[in-house]
Amino acid sequence: MPRRISIPFTSNNMPQTEKIGERRPSTSKGNRLAQFFSGTPRKEQASAQQTLQAMQPSITAPSLALPSISLSTATAGEVNPEEPTTTLFEPPSSEEVQIKRRADAQFGPHHRRAPYYFVLTTYISYLLLILLGHIRDFFGKRFSKKPMYQQLKASNGYAPLTDDFDSFYTRRLKLRIDDCFARTSTGVPGRYISLMDRVSHDFNASYTYTGTTTETLNLSSYNYLGFAQSEGPCADAVEDCVRKYGLSFCGPRADAGTSDLAVEVEKEIAAFVGKPAAMVFSMGFVTNASSFPALVSKGCLIISDELNHASIRIGARLSGAVIRSFKHNDMADLEKRLREAIAQGQPRTHRPWKKILVAIEGLYSMEGTMCDLPGVLKLKETYKFYLFIDEAHSVGALGPNGRGVCDYFGVDPAKVDILMGTLTKSFGANGGYVAADPHIIAKLRSTNAATQLGESPAPSVLMQISASLKIITGELAPGQGEERLQRIAFNSRYLRLGLKRLGFIVYGHDDSPIIPVPLYNPGKMSAFSHEMLKRKISVVIVGYPATPLISSRVRFCISSAHNKDDMDRVLAACQEVGDILQLKFSTGVAGGQKLPAGITPENEEQWRKENGLENVFEPPRWPLEEVIAVGAADCKGTLR
Amino acid sequence: MDLHEAQARLMASLEDLSHAFQKIPGSEILIRYIQSSYQNDPVRSAIELVLVIFFIRYLLSPSYATHGPNYVKLREDEIDELVKDWEPEPLVPAQTPLEKAEAESQPIIVGPTGPKTKLSNGKTVTNLASYNFYNFNANEQVKEKAIQTLQTFGVGPCGPPQFYGTQDVHMKTEADIATYLGTESCIVYAQAFSTVSSVIPAFCKRGDIIIADKMVNYSIRKGLEASRSNIVWFNHNDMEDLERQMQKVVQQQAKKKLTRRFVVAEGLYELTGDSVNLPKLVELKSKYKFRICLDETWSFGVLGRTGRGLTEAQNVDASQIDMITGSLAGPLCAGGGFCCANKDVVEHQRINAASYTFSAALPAMLAVTASETLNMLQSNPELLTQLRENIKAMRAQLDPRSDWVICTSIPENPIMVIVLKPEVVQARGLTPDDQERILQDCVEETLNNGVMITKLKSLPARQSSGAPLDGSWYIQPALKVCVTSGLSKKEIEKAGVTIRHAITKVMTRKTNRQSSVNP
Repeated sequence: MPRRISIPFTSNNMPQTEKIGERRPSTSKGNRLAQFFSGTPRKEQASAQQTLQAMQPSITAPSLALPSISLSTATAGEVNPEEPTTTLFEPPSSEEVQIKRRADAQFGPHHRRAPYYFVLTTYISYLLLILLGHIRDFFGKRFSKKPMYQQLKASNGYAPLTDDFDSFYTRRLKLRIDDCFARTSTGVPGRYISLMDRVSHDFNASYTYTGTTTETLNLSSYNYLGFAQSEGPCADAVEDCVRKYGLSFCGPRADAGTSDLAVEVEKEIAAFVGKPAAMVFSMGFVTNASSFPALVSKGCLIISDELNHASIRIGARLSGAVIRSFKHNDMADLEKRLREAIAQGQPRTHRPWKKILVAIEGLYSMEGTMCDLPGVLKLKETYKFYLFIDEAHSVGALGPNGRGVCDYFGVDPAKVDILMGTLTKSFGANGGYVAADPHIIAKLRSTNAATQLGESPAPSVLMQISASLKIITGELAPGQGEERLQRIAFNSRYLRLGLKRLGFIVYGHDDSPIIPVPLYNPGKMSAFSHEMLKRKISVVIVGYPATPLISSRVRFCISSAHNKDDMDRVLAACQEVGDILQLKFSTGVAGGQKLPAGITPENEEQWRKENGLENVFEPPRWPLEEVIAVGAADCKGTLR
Repeated sequence: MDLHEAQARLMASLEDLSHAFQKIPGSEILIRYIQSSYQNDPVRSAIELVLVIFFIRYLLSPSYATHGPNYVKLREDEIDELVKDWEPEPLVPAQTPLEKAEAESQPIIVGPTGPKTKLSNGKTVTNLASYNFYNFNANEQVKEKAIQTLQTFGVGPCGPPQFYGTQDVHMKTEADIATYLGTESCIVYAQAFSTVSSVIPAFCKRGDIIIADKMVNYSIRKGLEASRSNIVWFNHNDMEDLERQMQKVVQQQAKKKLTRRFVVAEGLYELTGDSVNLPKLVELKSKYKFRICLDETWSFGVLGRTGRGLTEAQNVDASQIDMITGSLAGPLCAGGGFCCANKDVVEHQRINAASYTFSAALPAMLAVTASETLNMLQSNPELLTQLRENIKAMRAQLDPRSDWVICTSIPENPIMVIVLKPEVVQARGLTPDDQERILQDCVEETLNNGVMITKLKSLPARQSSGAPLDGSWYIQPALKVCVTSGLSKKEIEKAGVTIRHAITKVMTRKTNRQSSVNP
């Protein structure tokens, strides 16, 4: 079907593309083992520096000075207000949903096919680190006088305060790469983020701030729609609000913290997500942690996706209900669990469950995958469970109107019992919401401890939510909301396709603004982060406890505040860093292979059949300039 | 011929296989071993083979029981039938009459909250329901500072603290609080309510022992629950009982491996309004080797000469307390919570405290506001004196003069927790639910007369674990009157009279007497 975008992003190409083109292309073609040892880091480093220098001119002056979204950069003077704006994706038809579901089911096997060599070395790395850590602890506890070791021993009759794996992990594994985490920033976390420079003289035990800052391209903040801004309609509304309301409502909602502002924002959120009622909380984590105990109790069953966020797990644990998990996005497994649960009833007594609540997330923050909503809803008809969707990352970021997964899949929100989400990410505010039918919300208000006892959201935060919602719906600053939605859709697809073609394994759904790229080896986490920082790009590297120990990854968070130049800059940096760190694992199974002329993704299957290439895949290793040249056009169709 | 071809192929592949096998280092030895053992003793070879197969099966089988012992095997059609028959309960039960009444009478404020607050019904009432003790919310200087921050930082930090969500303002606020309290280090959370619920499970694990006061607040209870430690309760503010429990724990644990032991108390108890005897607690702690987790959510910014909390009020060095948690959302009019402790304890929380690691950071504006109001409190101790004057005035109107209620808060606590007198409860045989209903009537009656007070929300705490089912002790429903320095002494006295009269009116009402006879 014709998918088009009205904004000609392509017209504004990166000026330094040719320069990068001169760079020695990746030529090593030997086997991976040989490749691993034959790398010539110094040479690569030099070329990396060259590119960095080549890049400098493009990120100077006005773009650098503006840390907030500059909606005109990408499209300077080319916006035609008469032309109706369309978003990159349209609500899929039922047929498409079917295809999508089939594709979703294949996510796992396709993308997880990491070269065994790297998985093996990852295990060896961790083994080595853990072994070394234990040896150091063993001798340190016995012979060292350092205060750190005193903490680990029982002393003076006190048991050590922290002696479990978490503590070991923090001291022996995380500390080595600690400088990649919690980098202190200042200013708006918008298109650019200013990091406070720091050095450590004691192996990351403490930092000295040099007093300078580095402005980096921000691919780390959850700023999906670019509402992290210190000026513009949102900031103005918040400023007025602070002058009028002050800074706090000084109490929980149930005492005297319910204001006209909160009531208004709740109505707006409910209308936005398509539910009759909603309630807001001052913290997203607590929204989950306190909602589950209010919904289910002893005698109930929670079936939760294995990759659900910690807040869901904690909420479920506090509720007193029995918790079971199913394989990530695996509908067959979910059905199996449901059948077993209903057939067996409660453990020991075999009494039927009072109710079953299935908890899933709209967009998984560490995987970039979306839930299989049509699949879940189909099961819901048969098995009569209640459905709880955590839209922490998907609300605002997904769907043609930015209204989350229901909008994306074209599903009536009424079919989902509880829609929960956070306001931190897409709206640039803080807190969370729960949207459901009025009688559910009324009951939750009376029984949810966070409403009864927790502080109510601050007026400034409420106003930020309200203003950003109005921008998305077009009530405020018409056109801006649509452009933001288009931009995030374009940026997500463009970067994803580009990374795939460069040869990276990319996790997740095509339209997801979260793009995780696996790194595997723990050493590469810090290396990747540092290499990107050298190129003035800040990225998030994720390891335990947010992911399983073995599958550490880098995560790019796409924002509407970025434009195509920014994405190209990221691709150029990834191309270099990927070569230096040997991160191009892709075997082509998940797409990215260059097709001969005349073959499009649509007739690819046929072509493969005709030429007997059904299971023959070429690892995609496109040159950068080609990726950039055709990416903008290709990302509007089916990604492959 | 087909057969021949197949045979040839089989032979070829077998040859390949044996070649490949021979290439494996050590394969020679293995073959020799098998050959020799077979020649000498075929039975032994068979047993070894069985063992190898068993070992492989053992390795591949799941390490836990897949089904419980009472798993009932059912046919698919039986399951289908069960699925068809199963009818779940509604997702939420209907609201109880009390909940409905509470929700209906929930005041909605219009405009800013302050000592005099406008409600959505058009009335302007005296607000004694907010934690706006010093009326910082109306302070222009604070507002200006917040707007300046807005203009440099925007609103949300758009990320968890570990992923670029930490901003320089957060570090400054942390440093400010640590200096103010006199501890080595501090960590700022994004919400006060969830701070202590996260701090406790970050340190207390399965098998550890926590001794907690029976009247600790809901957040602490949830923290205790999430920690999965063994919980021991001691009678509210009964230091002798605490010592008995500590002794018991020490005796029980004498032969076992040393585990972490904690005692959890509050600076000002949310549910009763009184405070713990901290010097005694510190003495017991060092005697029996416990660590203290002190929740100063309600005492920070309130007790002591400059508002440093219980440590200042009772002259205890804050560094002697292992962890102090507190709130920036109450009297400081900002948002978020904090935990003050030594450096190791704080750093451990940065990755192991759930609501810090898995939640977005505090908005910069609120962090700056906290620093600002803290500074104002520190430099103007007269604010505290003024507040205490007002508390005294309010107490004089309520506590000694009422036949029906008493105030359980200590004289410095601006949150006056007011409960029905024990003799009244006994004489009328009031259950907690009856008391809730009566107090709800009091709140509504007071609001009708232009004073907004509120009920202590003790229901969640009462429903969560801890209290015995037989009702030998329970959390008593209470009214909450929050005094503010934003009102003059006269206004406070007037409001006090209103509250007292409202209580008397409700208590002498006929319907209440009847409802107590026929519950």
